[in-house]
Order: sequence, then C-alpha cells, then structure tokens
Amino acid sequence: MDGTDMINGTERQERGRETLVDIRDLWVEYRIDGGVVHAVNGVDLTIHKGETLGLVGETGAGKTSIAKSILRVLPDPPSKITAGQIFMDGEDLLQLPEHKMRRIRGKKISMIFQDPMTALNPTVKVGAQIAEAIRLHEKMNKSEAAVRAVEMLEMVGITKERYTDYPHQFSGGMKQRVVIAMAMACHPELLLADEPTTALDVTVQAQILDMMTNLKKELQTSVLMITHDLGIVAETCDTVAVVYAGEIVEYGTMMEIFDEPSHPYTIGLFGSLPSIDRKDKRLKPIHGLMPDPMNLPSGCKFHPRCPYATEECRNTVPRMEQMGGSHIVKCLKAREKK
Amino acid sequence: MAPLLETKNLKKYFKTKAGMLHAVDGIDLAINKGETLGVVGESGCGKSTLGRVILHLLESTDGSIFYEGKDVTSVTPKELVKLREHMQIIFQDPFSSLNPRMTVSEILVEPLIISGKFSREEIEKKRKELLDTVGLPKRYANSYPHELDGGRRQRIGIGRALALEPDFIVCDEPVSALDVSIQAQILNLLQDLQEERGLTYMFITHDLSVVKHISHDIMVMYLGQMVEQAPSDELFAHTWHPYTKALLSAIPVPDAHRRMQRILLKGEITSPVNPAPGCRFYSRCPYAKEACRQPQKIEEIAPGHFISCCMAKEINGLG
Repeated sequence: MDGTDMINGTERQERGRETLVDIRDLWVEYRIDGGVVHAVNGVDLTIHKGETLGLVGETGAGKTSIAKSILRVLPDPPSKITAGQIFMDGEDLLQLPEHKMRRIRGKKISMIFQDPMTALNPTVKVGAQIAEAIRLHEKMNKSEAAVRAVEMLEMVGITKERYTDYPHQFSGGMKQRVVIAMAMACHPELLLADEPTTALDVTVQAQILDMMTNLKKELQTSVLMITHDLGIVAETCDTVAVVYAGEIVEYGTMMEIFDEPSHPYTIGLFGSLPSIDRKDKRLKPIHGLMPDPMNLPSGCKFHPRCPYATEECRNTVPRMEQMGGSHIVKCLKAREKK
Repeated sequence: MAPLLETKNLKKYFKTKAGMLHAVDGIDLAINKGETLGVVGESGCGKSTLGRVILHLLESTDGSIFYEGKDVTSVTPKELVKLREHMQIIFQDPFSSLNPRMTVSEILVEPLIISGKFSREEIEKKRKELLDTVGLPKRYANSYPHELDGGRRQRIGIGRALALEPDFIVCDEPVSALDVSIQAQILNLLQDLQEERGLTYMFITHDLSVVKHISHDIMVMYLGQMVEQAPSDELFAHTWHPYTKALLSAIPVPDAHRRMQRILLKGEITSPVNPAPGCRFYSRCPYAKEACRQPQKIEEIAPGHFISCCMAKEINGLG
C-alpha cells in the first residue's frame, strides 16, 4: 500500500466516525410450536453517519431480524426482542412508545425489501403512493407532496409521465426504483436495504446499485446493506459485518475483510465462490450445513463446520479479538493463525 | 468427435393474446460427449424453454434435434420413453420439483419402477447406491422432502435424474436457489459425477461465474437467440458481442481492489412478442446503428467462437 492509499484509507474512516445507530447486545428469538428459534444472539453493531455497512451471511443467519429490530417491525408474536438497546440520537428505539416510533419509520429510517411487488399497493398509482408517504411525515398539502414525489421519481430515473401508472405496468427493476424513491422521499438518515437487487437480473442490478450509490452520496444517507453477495459488498460497502447463526463473527472495513478475512466462516465464504478471474478445478465449500437455530452448538457456533476447531472451541464461547484497525474477529484461533 | 446432442435452427413459439412469442428462435448448438455447455442469459431469454424443448417436455415449433447423430425431433410416444432414459433434467427449485407425499427413497427409485426393467432386488440395491452417489446419509431414506434443507433436496433431484444412468442431463439453474456454501458443494458433486460417469451437461444459469466454473463451452442468449458462443476461456478472454460485454461488466466482483469499467445498459430486456427482424439487442445497445435493424448473420470470428453482431469488428477496433 503506498502513501496516498493510506491517506485515503484514514480519510474514509475519519468521515465515518460519527455514530448514527448503536446496537448493543441485541437478542431476538422466535417462539414457535415445539421450541425457540434463536435468531439474533447478542449483536453489537455501530452504523456510522454517511457510511454503507454490509451485513453479510447466508439464509437464516439473522440479517433481516437485525434490520427489522432497528425499525421494530418484527411480528410479535412469534418473534420477541428479549434483550438489547438500539440507540439513535441518544434515544433507545426499543423503549420508545409506538406513536413515536411511527414517526421514525419512513422518516428517519426507511427499509426496502427484496421483492418490490409486495412492497407496493397494486390498486394505487405509484406517484400517489409516494406522495402519501411524504404527507405522512411532512407538513405538505397534496400538490406540494405531488411535486416532491415527481422529484423523487426523476431522481431514480423514472419520467414524470409515469406518475399515474399502476405498479403492474412497471417491470421488476422499475418497481424497485419506485420503492427506493418512496423510501428516500423523506430523506431518511438510515436506509435498511434488505437484498434490494436479489430478484433482479444482473444488468438491471447494475443500474439499481449505481443509482443507489449516487442517491446515497447526494442525500448523505447511511445504508445498512443486507446481502449474501460478496461482489455487491465489494462494490458498495465501506464496512462489513459477517453474520453467522445470529452473531457477528467478523467486522471490519471492506478492505480489511477482503484482504485479510480471518474468521474461518468468512474464509469459507470466499472459498465457495466460483471466480471469474481464476480457473479453480474445484471449489472449497464449507463443510456441512447451517446449524439448527432451535438447537445451536455449544462454544463457538461454527465449530462443527470449522476445519481448525479443537476441543477448546467446543467448550469456550469466543470473544471478539482485536486484529488491528477496526478489524475484529470472534474466533479463538484467529490470532494463532495470524 | 461427433457431438452427443445437436440442434439445428431450433424454434419454439408460443401463441399469446398479443401475438407470437418467440421464446427460442433458431438455435444451433452441439454438445460433445462428456462436456458441459453453459447457457447464460437473463430472465426471459428462453434458456429454460430451450432445455425443455430439447428434452421434449415442450413440442418444438421448427428445426431439428439430433441425439447421437439420430434425428429425434419427432418421436413416437414409445420412442420417447426410451429416449428419456438417456436424457434427464435437474430443476431449479428443489422445493416444488419433489412430490411432498413420497419419501426420499421412493422418489429416487421411481424412475426405475416406471421403466419396468428392474427386478425388486436390483431396485433395492440401487436405492442404497443412489443415496451414496449423491452423498445423502442413509438415515434420510425414509424422510419426506419437507424435512430436508434446500441443498439436500437438490441432492435428491440429482439422484433421481441419475437413477436410469442417463448420458445427458439438462441442469436448469440447479444451484440458483441455494446459499453459496451449499452451492459450492452441489457444483463439486456435479463435476465429480461428470468425471466418473462421462456425463454430458447442458447447464442453464444466469450466473456467469458459475457458468465459467463448470462449462467447456458457453452460449449467451438474448431474447431467444444466440448472441455469442465460444469455448469458456476464449469467451472470457476475448468478448466480442456488446451484450456479453455488458453482462460481464455488470457482475459485482468480490475483490476490494478491482473496479470493472461498467457498461450500464439502458432499459430492460424487451418483449419477445413479434420481435422486429433486426438485432434484438438494438434498443439497449450503446453501439446500435442503422445496419443493426437488418437480420444479423452468425459469424465465426475465431475458431469455435461465434457471434451475431454486424458491429462487432468495428466495436472491437478491427474494422
């Protein structure tokens, strides 16, 4: 790494220093027939102002549960936040009364989902849907809200002629644009993006990611980007948190995670990916399967699948180890390997 | 070497209210024995329809299909039953392609029972073998599909396809519904099986890194037509067609230091209903010219490397 890179690297971090949301020791469980699903197990996570934080992990790791906890939209029952605090502007969101929380949803924090169709009302014109979201939070009359809605549509690359179209008249990619326009309409400080491009084709995904990056710069929004795609992380994120079985197992800047992945699970994720550049004869998948969240392993939750696991890993719950910089890893062996 | 499977000008049109939908429109392909042809494209490009037409799961509209050099385009139902023993399919969604009321071992040996050629002892033996082959522990033999996760269900789908020891398998997005770590396990299994048994695959996917990993040859499809086809390494080393270039540049690369110069396409895939005679990529192509409105010829630009683009030489600085 040469000098200029170093400066850019620190600058990137300096800018992101200011905390927007601070999650402390969050626990979420789902009570269903026959037992308790341990979805989130003691997550500490900080989202800084203006940064994009990638939340990476496989199906069932608890990524969406973390995001929905921030917005307090987990269905209760069956799910329950059993412990933890989520601070934003000095307030613990988990303690706010519902009417105050309602003012935050869609205003300070917005969320977009994987499937844009289920996020839109099929019987209301898209422009009117955006205007409705605006009027819910801002003191505007109908025509003022309509003007803002048109602005938002244009911002995501949809011409104002389509204001009066219904959702079914849009393609998948265009629908996701509408959803993003709606989410950004009140200029939120935090956007929770839950696999926003997974349902889209790659060329359309490229358009949407490009647009989101520009929009984020323009409006200075922080983004929590939930994805299973490490390529998307490399392209959009400043910092990365790797989630496994409801825990953050590794956290660091994007460079730290990609240059020196240190948790065996993170290393396994990279090994599982077929590469466009290299020609590997065989992939190196992670052995075994995700653990049953109703019956999680003792000690380190990854130990049954870990090639480095020892007796100690079976019995001792690892703590976060400092790896230098902002890089932290929840693994007993991480330092030894280093 | 003679190809195991070949199609000539294969077409499949669907009648819709709006007009004729050209799902597959004049596909020529050849797959050598023991090799994999990867078919890539975005949703709606006709790649799954192509696979189904080849297997006679859909009736072709025009063109011909050859298997081991024999024309099998129109076969009698009796011949089709025999043909199907050689050609099988693995579906994308292991959740909807398995009968929820059958146990794992019932699903695995059902093809053997239907074929009527096996004794009870042979079927029993095969039952155990198939579980082994696809790496499923014996304790799952009497489980039902809903008790298993996606990766194990896909193993059942693969086992069922292998039951009659086919030579040719259409793999229709077999790993798209799976998480990356499980995806890698299934890809390795498919490659091992190919090596052990000399299987021939047609591997349909929208994921370019998967297709590069598993394929010998790759065909890129756009709105029912082939736009570019080449040996895998050649395609990635020398990409000619503007659509392939855009597709490649659109993939997010999991590398912290590399940024691809991205070609952002305008708009989305257009309708395959009553398409205009010219290049179908015309409306999204950054290089489109008047000549592109004419029907495109397929040109062999390098040995084994075919493209369908009249602008290709100019774009790539050769004309």
